[in-house]
Amino acid sequence: MKSDIDLIDSNGKRLDGRGAEDLRPIKIEAGVLHRADGSCYLEWGNNKILVAVYGPREAIPRHSQNPLRAIVNARYNMAAFSVDDRKRPGPDRRSREISKVISEALEKVIILEQFPRAAIDVNIEVLDAEAGTRCAGLTAAGVALADAGIPMIDIPVSCAAGKIGGHVVVDLGKEEDNFGDADLPIGVSPRTGEIILLQMDGHLTVDEFNTAFDMAVKGCHKVSEIQKKTILDKYQPSSEGK
Amino acid sequence: MTVVPMIKRDYINKLAEQGKRIDGRGFDEYRKIQIETGIVQKAEGSARVKIGNTLVLAGIKMDVGEPYSDSPESGVMTTAAELIPLASPDFEAGPPREDAIELARVVDRGVRESGALEVDKLCIEPGEKVWIVFIDLHILDYDGNLFDAASLAALAALSTAKVPAERFELGEDYPLPLKEPPISCTSVKFNNVVIIDPCLDEEEIADARLTVATDTNGDIRAMQKGLNGSFTKDEIQKVIKASVDNGREIRTQLYKSIGK
Amino acid sequence: MQEKKRKIVIPSQLLGDIKSKNAGKGTFVENGKIYSEILGVLNEGGRYIDVIPLKGRYDPSIGDLIIGVVEEALGSGWLVDINASSPALLHQNEVPWRVDFGDTERYLNHGDSIMAKILSIDESKKLQITLNDRNLYKLKGGHIINFEPSIYRRIMGKKYSMIEIIQKYTRCRIKVGKNGRIWVDGDADGIEKVEKVISKIECETVSFGLTNRVEELLKKGAKDVR
Repeated sequence: MKSDIDLIDSNGKRLDGRGAEDLRPIKIEAGVLHRADGSCYLEWGNNKILVAVYGPREAIPRHSQNPLRAIVNARYNMAAFSVDDRKRPGPDRRSREISKVISEALEKVIILEQFPRAAIDVNIEVLDAEAGTRCAGLTAAGVALADAGIPMIDIPVSCAAGKIGGHVVVDLGKEEDNFGDADLPIGVSPRTGEIILLQMDGHLTVDEFNTAFDMAVKGCHKVSEIQKKTILDKYQPSSEGK
Repeated sequence: MTVVPMIKRDYINKLAEQGKRIDGRGFDEYRKIQIETGIVQKAEGSARVKIGNTLVLAGIKMDVGEPYSDSPESGVMTTAAELIPLASPDFEAGPPREDAIELARVVDRGVRESGALEVDKLCIEPGEKVWIVFIDLHILDYDGNLFDAASLAALAALSTAKVPAERFELGEDYPLPLKEPPISCTSVKFNNVVIIDPCLDEEEIADARLTVATDTNGDIRAMQKGLNGSFTKDEIQKVIKASVDNGREIRTQLYKSIGK
Repeated sequence: MQEKKRKIVIPSQLLGDIKSKNAGKGTFVENGKIYSEILGVLNEGGRYIDVIPLKGRYDPSIGDLIIGVVEEALGSGWLVDINASSPALLHQNEVPWRVDFGDTERYLNHGDSIMAKILSIDESKKLQITLNDRNLYKLKGGHIINFEPSIYRRIMGKKYSMIEIIQKYTRCRIKVGKNGRIWVDGDADGIEKVEKVISKIECETVSFGLTNRVEELLKKGAKDVR
C-alpha cells in the first residue's frame, strides 16, 4: 500500500527522528498489581501493556490437564479503547492467534515439568496500542513470570524488524507498520539465542530477511537488558551493592 | 473460587461488634483514592482510579452514528465493563456475566439518568448523525468496591474527554459537554453492621450491598441494592447520610484531579 | 566477622560450573554450567549452589505442617485448599474421628480450617494430607493471615528466634503453616501487631538485622513507623 509520506529520508532518519537501528523508548515496572501472583507494566513507544500471571494453579477444565506438566494459557487482549476505532470487547481471531503463538513461546522457556496438571495463566492486556503489541506483550510476560517466581530456563524477550521505503529498520512504529513493506516480529531466548516466536508478512529478499533478522535479534538483546535491570532493581535492596 | 475460611469471617464479624474494621478504618471511612487522567493516548478520554488496591481504567471512545429513533436529536451513550481475568484469580475469561453487566448498567445509569452527559449537545445532523460515546470500564486489580472505582473512573475520563471532531472533519476538537456528575458511594452489610467502601475481605462476607449516587445538593440521583440479604429503613438512612458526606469529599478530589 | 552479602539472582543467570560446585535447589544445569531457574537469593556457602525463591506458590514436601481450608466434603474424605498448585485430598481414614462413608460433612465442611501435615505426593504431584497426629486438629477462633510462602524461614527465624519474639510481645497463640498461612489468636491489638510484623517481614525479607528491627517495632507497641 503506497503512501505519499516518506517513511525514511535520504539521511536514514525516520518519521519520529529515529535511525534504522534505534528502538522506541521503553519503560518497564515489575510487581504492580496486588492480586496477581506476578505482574508487569510496560511502555514501549506509545504502547501500554499490563500483564498479570496467575499460577501454577489447578488447570480447569479437568480434561485440559496434562498429567506430566503444566499448560500455559497466554491470553492476549486489547482494551476497547486502546485503538483508533473502538474495538468490540472480547477476543477476535487476531487476538486468539497472538495468544497461541505467545503461549507456545512461553512453553519453551518455562520449566513445565515441575507442575503436572497445573496451568500457568498469563493475561496480557493492551491498554494503548501503537504497533508491536505482541512483542511488547511477550516481553512484559517474561518479566511478570519472573516476578511470579515461575521457574524458567530463560526470560523470553521479543522485538520486531521490518522494511520501510526499501530500508530494513528495527522496531516499526505506527505509520511504518501501516505503510511499510514487511514486518518481522521475533521472540528470543536471550541466553541461547534460540528463536521461540517468529512471524513475518510482507515482502523481503533473503538478504533483506537476514539483515532484518539480525537487527531484530540485536533489538531483543537490548530489551533483555532492560528486563533484567527492572527485576533486579525491584528486589535488590538499595542499601546493598551487588 | 477461592474459599474464605470461616475463621476469617468470624474474626471480621467479631471486630465489627467492637466497632472495628479489619484494616483499622472507621465504618464511614474510605480507603485512599487516587485519580489520574489522560492515561491512554488512543482514547478520547481516559482515567485510572485506585481505591485502596482496587484499580480501574476507564476509556472513552467516540464515533459518529445514527441516533435512536425516539430521540433523533440526542447523542448516544453506551457503557461496557470487563472483569478481565487479569484482575483476580476468580475472574474467568469469556463474555460478561451478570456482575459485569450489572456494574456497567449501574455506572451507565449514574451518568445517563442524571443528565450529567449533555447528550442534546451531541447532535450533528438531527435524525441522521449524532455522536456516540463509548464508555469502557477495564477492571485491572480487584480488592473490593468495583462500583465506586468504576463509576469514578468513568466520570474522570468523561470530564477530560475531547470530542474528536477533527478526525471526522466536523470542525475543531472540543471538550465533551458534561454537567456536574453525581458521585456514587457503596456500602455493604454483614453481621448487622453497615460499612462504606468494602475491601475484598469485607465484600466476600457481605450479605447485602447498597450503592447511592448523590449530587452537589446532596440529592439522590441513583440507587442500587445488590446481593441476597436485606436492609432496614434505618440502615438505608444511615447509608444515604454516609454517601452524601463522602460523596462531597470525593467530588472535591475529582475536581482537583481534573484541574477544575 | 565476615558479612554475608545477600545477592538476588534471576532466571537464566549464570552461577557457576559443575566442576567446582554442585547444582542445588532452584538451579538447572546446561553444558556443565549452573544457572538459576528462578528469581531468588543466591546461597553458595558450601559445596552446593542453591537459589532460595523470593516469591512463588507453596512447594509441598512430605511432613510439612500446613494450614488448609476445606473446599468440599466428598463421600470418602475432603478436598482441601492448601495454597499449592492444586488442592489436597484428606481421606476419611486420615482423621482422628470415625467417619462413615457419606457422613463427612458432619466433621469438616466448606470453610473450616485445619492444621494438617503433608502425607504423600505422587508422581503427578497429587497431594494427600493427614490430621492423624496429636499436634494436628481443626482450628477454632482467632484469625488467619496469609503470607508469601517463600518467607516462611524468615518468620520462624534462626532457631525460631523470630517467631518467639513475635509470640512474646503480642501474647498471641500463633501457628505458622509452611504454605503461607498463619493462625493467630489473642486480643485485637495483639492480632493487629502480628499482621503488621508479617507485613514488615514480607517487605524487608532480603535485608539484614531484620530480627532486631522487628523486636524494636514490637516494643514500640501498635503504633508502627512504616
